Amino acid sequence: MAFDENVKTEFKVVGTRVKRPDGIDKVTGRALYGADFNAPGMLVGRILRSPHAHARIVSIDTSEAEKLPGVKAIVTSADLADPEDDFFRDIRDNCLARDKVLYDGHAVAAVAATSRSAAKAAARAIKIEYEKLPHVTDVDEAMKPDAPVVQAGRSDESVPEGLSENVTSYFEFGHGDLDAGFAKADKIIERSFKTAATHQGYIEPHACLATMGSDGRGDLWCCTQGQYFVRTICSEVCGIEATQLRVTASEIGGGFGGKTTCFIEPVALALSKKSGRPVKIVMSREEVFRATGPTVSSSSDVKIGMTKDGRITAATAKLRYQGGAFPCGTVEFGAQSAFAAYDLEAVRSYGWNVLTNRPKEAAYRAPGAPMAIYAVESVVDELCQELGLDPLDVRLKNAARKGTLASYGPTFNDIGLVATLEAAQAHPHYAAPLGENQARGLSCGFWFNFGGNTCVSLNVNHDGTVGVVEGNPDIGGSRASISMMAAEELGIPYEKVRTVITDTNSLGYNDVTDGSRVTFAVGLATIEAARAAKREMCKRAAQIWGIDEEAVVWEDGAARPSGPNAGEHPPMSLADIAAVMDQTGGPIAGHHEVNADGAGVSFGVHLVDVEVDKETGSTKVLRYTVFQDAGKAVHPDYVEGQMQGGAVQGIGWALNEEYIYGEDGRLQNPGFLDYRVPVASDLPAIEPVILEIPNPGHPYGVRGVGETSIVPPLAAISNAVSRAAGVRMTELPMSPPRVLKALSGG
Amino acid sequence: MKNLHVTTTINGDAAEFVCEPDETLLDALRNRLGLTGAKEGCGTGDCGACSVTLNGRLVCSCLVLAAEAEGAEVATIEGMADGDQLHPLQRVFIEKAALQCGVCTPGILVAAKALLEKNPDPSESEIRYWLAGNLCRCTGYDKIIRAVQDAAAEMRSA
Amino acid sequence: MKYVKPESLEAAATLLAAEAGTSRILAGGTDVLVQLRSELVEPDLIVDIKHLDGLRDIVEENGGFRIGAGVSGAQMGEHAALCAAWPGVVEGAELIGSTQIQGRCTMVGNLCNGSPAADSVPGMVAAGAVARVHGPDGERDVPVKEIPAGPGKTNLGKGEFITSIFLPARPANASDAYLRFIPRTEMDIAVASAGVNLELAEDGTVSAARVAVGAVAPTVRLVPDAGAALVGSKLDDAAIAAMVSAVEAACSPIDDKRGTVEYRTTTAGVLAKRAAHIAYDRAGGAK
Repeated sequence: MAFDENVKTEFKVVGTRVKRPDGIDKVTGRALYGADFNAPGMLVGRILRSPHAHARIVSIDTSEAEKLPGVKAIVTSADLADPEDDFFRDIRDNCLARDKVLYDGHAVAAVAATSRSAAKAAARAIKIEYEKLPHVTDVDEAMKPDAPVVQAGRSDESVPEGLSENVTSYFEFGHGDLDAGFAKADKIIERSFKTAATHQGYIEPHACLATMGSDGRGDLWCCTQGQYFVRTICSEVCGIEATQLRVTASEIGGGFGGKTTCFIEPVALALSKKSGRPVKIVMSREEVFRATGPTVSSSSDVKIGMTKDGRITAATAKLRYQGGAFPCGTVEFGAQSAFAAYDLEAVRSYGWNVLTNRPKEAAYRAPGAPMAIYAVESVVDELCQELGLDPLDVRLKNAARKGTLASYGPTFNDIGLVATLEAAQAHPHYAAPLGENQARGLSCGFWFNFGGNTCVSLNVNHDGTVGVVEGNPDIGGSRASISMMAAEELGIPYEKVRTVITDTNSLGYNDVTDGSRVTFAVGLATIEAARAAKREMCKRAAQIWGIDEEAVVWEDGAARPSGPNAGEHPPMSLADIAAVMDQTGGPIAGHHEVNADGAGVSFGVHLVDVEVDKETGSTKVLRYTVFQDAGKAVHPDYVEGQMQGGAVQGIGWALNEEYIYGEDGRLQNPGFLDYRVPVASDLPAIEPVILEIPNPGHPYGVRGVGETSIVPPLAAISNAVSRAAGVRMTELPMSPPRVLKALSGG
Repeated sequence: MKNLHVTTTINGDAAEFVCEPDETLLDALRNRLGLTGAKEGCGTGDCGACSVTLNGRLVCSCLVLAAEAEGAEVATIEGMADGDQLHPLQRVFIEKAALQCGVCTPGILVAAKALLEKNPDPSESEIRYWLAGNLCRCTGYDKIIRAVQDAAAEMRSA
Repeated sequence: MKYVKPESLEAAATLLAAEAGTSRILAGGTDVLVQLRSELVEPDLIVDIKHLDGLRDIVEENGGFRIGAGVSGAQMGEHAALCAAWPGVVEGAELIGSTQIQGRCTMVGNLCNGSPAADSVPGMVAAGAVARVHGPDGERDVPVKEIPAGPGKTNLGKGEFITSIFLPARPANASDAYLRFIPRTEMDIAVASAGVNLELAEDGTVSAARVAVGAVAPTVRLVPDAGAALVGSKLDDAAIAAMVSAVEAACSPIDDKRGTVEYRTTTAGVLAKRAAHIAYDRAGGAK
């Protein structure tokens, strides 16, 4: 039998707005998140954290704490294993500091006790002697040769001579002759920008429940974007064989990249091992802000040359990202994505990764891209203003399209940038009138999208229903999308499929739910698993009919004889075949294991109208429209939800969200009161416009949609505010004091 | 610290629990009574994920002492459906995809129900301001606002 | 920590006076619980007073209103006569926190928390509100403006607590307004704020004015010069400019994560100007 090699374009289930399978659990309070699970005899874990930005740990004395009533275990870094790889050692040292505390909030010790109050008393009784060291929290300061060194000896061979040891890696991308390109320009603008570190801001704090037996077998329940990766980390950091640790992902209360690593899980396992009892650790919101996430903060210089008619002749971007106290690679993504939206003859981007005394950055939705594209799109907008050009015309004139050599190396296949730009140009929003102190801004956005390691099992049940087993936590409705693709491929109703997310011992390795990979890669594996099951069902039907299995095809949810036998036997539906499977060879299942390629890059364009109060510097977002290419929108509601949610996170980033450090290197705003995420009354409707330019790398044309939407808001809003205020803004967030200062001439 | 014995009413049923004097109502609901629908997102009244009603008033249960529940009537997300009949808000939230991760959803539903009991026909702006104390980081609020409007319209015509 | 629900005001005062350690009064609890949770304050005694007689009531008294210490912001917003007489005081109380906080928070708690940025206090100070204080020596009445002593501090004595706030009777052609600036639309602490209380003569000129500002000094500050600048005017540009100058001159804020000295000072003037216009319109003034 033959299966379509080409991308499918006609659908029955995919593209509809079915109800999500976890809906009732989530609207009734029944869904179990990280902190909602308990075990008999469970202890309360609590982590003691550094009050200093940078200090040597001289001694840790736990003797008094150990004597307190209800205290069952105390652990420090000495209770963790010694992984060979730097990557895992860094995670270990972030979970519990080893020789030095590297930032305010860095974990130093942990206790397990019979109650919250007993754990609190014990944590206070632990005596730690520190020797304070000079600290640095600003990226530009940290790069100076005489800056305090956060960690020595961590620079790799890419780093040019003469920089502080805090610079750990350097990247460069691009092509063409820059000098020749700038010489052709009628106007060149060069500007410097800064963006603050922002936090993912998921509403559910990290939580886990660990049980470690004296036989070396463990069970871990936690909120994570990737239970397999948690297992890998805990195996390395706690010295447990992978198969001995079963990790089950709870429902997850938001992650946005921030739950792709471990902060508390190895600590809970160590406490459980030492106490012989289950241990639950739930972070407070303050701990979440001080010691998890955030994204990098950035400092950058962008230079672009343009002709009078709007053609970009050359462009450079120098990006400096600080990712906290441990090496990170985020600036590589920034340098790669900075100019991805443009078809350029001469382009170069440079990136420096820098250590500071701040929490280790964690992935945050399109990590590295928003701050780079913010700077580039700001300069493009200013060039449009200076040259009197329409900003959408200029984007269209320079837009990357199929065949464009991307600034970071590859040549683009089918991409949707031009289609999204044209949709924005044709939308009524672009022509709507504006009032006094109001202006419109726009920006392009880009994200690579990932595929990666993925396993799916699809089991046919006797009653004609189908169970799909996958290994990626559902962060935004993916169980619905996966069930829809299984139903589509099998030709059965959506309601006949149930998708569950399994633990680490029940399916092969799956990469983390990140990189906008799940609907693409798990979807692809699900379709392939369904195809395997269909092949088996065709074989069973052939056996029943006594004909060649090549003479059976699967159409409309049933096996049908084809060729010379067509019409000779009535079709057998999935339910018909399932009912008799015990007699035809036993259980029917399909599997697919893949390291998925071909994710297909994603582009979006955002339009925003703002009004600036020139007396207070306050910005009001009046209207917002998101245009994005989804490849194929499997469940349009959840695609729209990603577009709207990303836009609003970007609005927060542009206007108010920031990590604020004092002179003492301590975080001043570790709570939702002063770390200001957008609230419902801050926002207008966010109108989503889905474009569908099929991704040739997926059987249904699907591309990831989760991340691109956070990229354009930074520049779109900055461009709008700059135009409304009549002064170019170059620093995020554009908080009211900052805008008022710019209005009064800086 | 001597524990306190509290007699209260939760979702219409008599309930009793023992708590520490400084324990919050949220902790008592979650850890003493097994009602984990209310979530702790911040512990400081800034996120609304722990919303319940106390004697008919919408409150953050993280900012109520468990001891204050003595003799009071508490309503939580677990009491919102009538048996297997979802409240219209619950049903419309599913139909209109007004949730993604779902962790803020119980608090938002409890808050939205309190709004519609006070004002059956709120404007979009009134809904946005009423729900300003309920943070949602996934949806951008858009589909939540539409779902509350749709449920309100349905309830008015019922 | 002990949690106690005393049976009378006297019993509450006795308990508070006798406590050697740290004590806290619990009414709305929206500040006390945050302090507990963040482990900033670990009281030895919590005295819950909101159940006591009269503390949850709003009653008309001598043409004005007496508002009990346990009355929530939401309850004030639901009281039509209070809203008509003192819209600025009510909008200040209703700006404290979210809908959820409104179900519990009280003006008295907001006042006694001692924050210079407390939203309900500028409105009360501009209104000339009077607090009734209960203590070991009985009752006394104290103008609200004299209660705050500095950030987190009040002038109340050991064992003393406030049982109600009195807002005086209003003449015709009088009204008030309160505005604050926050970076978002909700859920923040005021960066600067202003309450303006006006009485108008029959021809629409201002006959009496009180202007109070918040978050720009260690305590909420009444600015007599700002009020005086408005008296005799119909809020013409010159009068407003004089008032704004007086407000700015009265500001001595701090630089912090919420705003700079310069920003707070400028914004306080802007808010006072806008609040004055709102109060004037509400009072029936015609320019």
